[in-house]
Amino acid sequence: MDLSFVILIEMLYAVSSLILISAGLAVVFGMMKVINLAHGEFMMMGGYATITAVNLGVNIFVAMLVIAPLTVGLIGLIVERLVIRHLYGRLVDTMLATWGLSLFFIGLATMIFGNTTTGISTPIPGFTVGNYQINGYNFFIIVVSVLLLIAMRVVLKSTRAGLIARGAMQQADMAAALGYSPNRIYMATFFCGSALSGLAGAVLAPLVGLVPTSGGAYIAKAFITVIAGGPSLIAGLFSGAGLFGVVSQVFTFTISPVMGEVALLVAAVILLRLLPQGITGKFFKGKL
Amino acid sequence: MTGTALLPQAVLAADKIKLGSILDTSGIFDAYGKPMDMAMRLAVAEINAAGGLLGREVEVVAYDTQSDMALYSQYGQQLTRQDRVDVVHGGILSASREAIRQTMRKTKTLYFYNVLYEGGVCDGNIFINGVTPAQQVAALVPYAMEKSGPKVYILAADYNYGQITARWIQKFVADNGGETVGVDFFPLDVSDFGSTIAKIQTVGPDLVIAPLVGGAHLSFFRQWAAAGMKDRIPLASTTLGVGNEHKVLTPQEGDGIMVAYNYSQELATPANTAFKENWAAAYGDSGMIHEIAVSNYQGLLTWAAAVRQAGSIERQAVIAALESGLSIEGPAGKITIDPKTHHAVLDVHIMEIENQGMRVVKTLPQRQPIDTQLVCDLQANPGDNTQYEIQI
Repeated sequence: MDLSFVILIEMLYAVSSLILISAGLAVVFGMMKVINLAHGEFMMMGGYATITAVNLGVNIFVAMLVIAPLTVGLIGLIVERLVIRHLYGRLVDTMLATWGLSLFFIGLATMIFGNTTTGISTPIPGFTVGNYQINGYNFFIIVVSVLLLIAMRVVLKSTRAGLIARGAMQQADMAAALGYSPNRIYMATFFCGSALSGLAGAVLAPLVGLVPTSGGAYIAKAFITVIAGGPSLIAGLFSGAGLFGVVSQVFTFTISPVMGEVALLVAAVILLRLLPQGITGKFFKGKL
Repeated sequence: MTGTALLPQAVLAADKIKLGSILDTSGIFDAYGKPMDMAMRLAVAEINAAGGLLGREVEVVAYDTQSDMALYSQYGQQLTRQDRVDVVHGGILSASREAIRQTMRKTKTLYFYNVLYEGGVCDGNIFINGVTPAQQVAALVPYAMEKSGPKVYILAADYNYGQITARWIQKFVADNGGETVGVDFFPLDVSDFGSTIAKIQTVGPDLVIAPLVGGAHLSFFRQWAAAGMKDRIPLASTTLGVGNEHKVLTPQEGDGIMVAYNYSQELATPANTAFKENWAAAYGDSGMIHEIAVSNYQGLLTWAAAVRQAGSIERQAVIAALESGLSIEGPAGKITIDPKTHHAVLDVHIMEIENQGMRVVKTLPQRQPIDTQLVCDLQANPGDNTQYEIQI
């Protein structure tokens, strides 16, 4: 009984962390069609922003939930103005440019922070469930990702800004004809996407040892989740992360961590063979 | 060669001894390579300040391989064919060592590899003074089991080093009358250990031994502490702290983890105190010193002692001196070369991590590289050129 509860929590945690890892990419790649190979580095910078702020004496929750997303959002804004805005609609070019960016950010972080592993402790203590000990921070991650999904849904569905953004992504010239500047909408959306990546990196930072190359560990999972999720932003994120999180944890728990990783990739291959448009390409069609 | 033979003796004496060094001093392995490079330069400066070797100054020819495996062979070739160095020290990962080793063997250049590694290299041209798994595990396992209990769970990095070390741990656990109740391997980029921590609790071992490697795996120690497991099941590791990782963990996360290495900054010996003072005088502070930096320093000292004893820089003479059972006193204690395997016989210190340092609990003097000795005998078989995978 205790064990099944522990396993349930671990699964929810795995799903939540996949949602967090992929949310920024879902906006930048899913909505804006920019293949952002520097997504992992945006997360890495979110982690460093948090650690730096905490070391300067800022409260850890402020650092994670406010400072890191803002910092990375601003970096994203600069990147968008300097590089990305020249490349909208050119999928392969965005891939090359952001790959270069990822190398640049790794180099920059190595110059600033050195190449040693850094980190901070989790701010939430562990607790006991029957005979088991669970990491209390897992609950924080679950709560953050649920709130994140709700917030994304509210913004996109119920606010004027969300409507305009979605409209401009679908038909930029129509939005322009109606008097909105696609240029500025793209800029704002990229800022949001980067900030989400920064938030993910920040929230995951206390669980991992951070090095400048840490981003590499996230990028594949983020792309797999977003692509398997399909065209719908939130439903896709939720279904993709839900599927892969559960599959990888079941295999990790019953066989081994290596099999967990393998199972995730096999599940992705099978899924894309059966549903080339992603889960929401077939189910939940037209949902947000 | 005839050209140098005709030169007057005074000019020859002024001729410098060339020491080649190949290390990753930039890129993702620079946390290992930078302090190694600093240690090497410190040793050379000290040798030169004491009048050099055989009355000749030692000159360093160093190349930075930028954590790129392809550059190891290239710079190895360059050192031997273009720079014509007298000895090469260097290489960090096992793959880089194998790249350098074959080049040095072909060009008959003496080679020193000064890093903790998985054991089993048998080659008359190489000298190795890092700790091998058996040297370390044989010391760590009995101590850790005595402190905790007989049921052991192993979490290891999923590559050469982790796989081999995990096998040695199982052997020594069994030899000590214990039982291995679980073994899990993790790819190097795995940083989520939640399910594993739950799984370990269902098995309920008395002790967890973790040869985990790198930044992502450091997460395990954090998540273990965050779950509140640290006070319930003791931890031991064969890798934590080699690149000063224990300084990243907070005292709450790290304290009490058991390790066993050749070196710790906390060793209270006159040799170590002097070494740390010299390091601080050269580089400002001694915080960057770690296990493999000291190995590199001791490798240099061993080579210098052999050159002095041989009275020559010529390769065969230096090898003969090293094989004579030569020993030096380094910051980590006495280092003796085992003529059979060309590995070092050295002290292993059992330590517990305490307040981001390593407190020495017990010193086991002059441990033999028993793993490599099982498979390698260069005296019986001097032409050997193999990295053996030791069957346990």
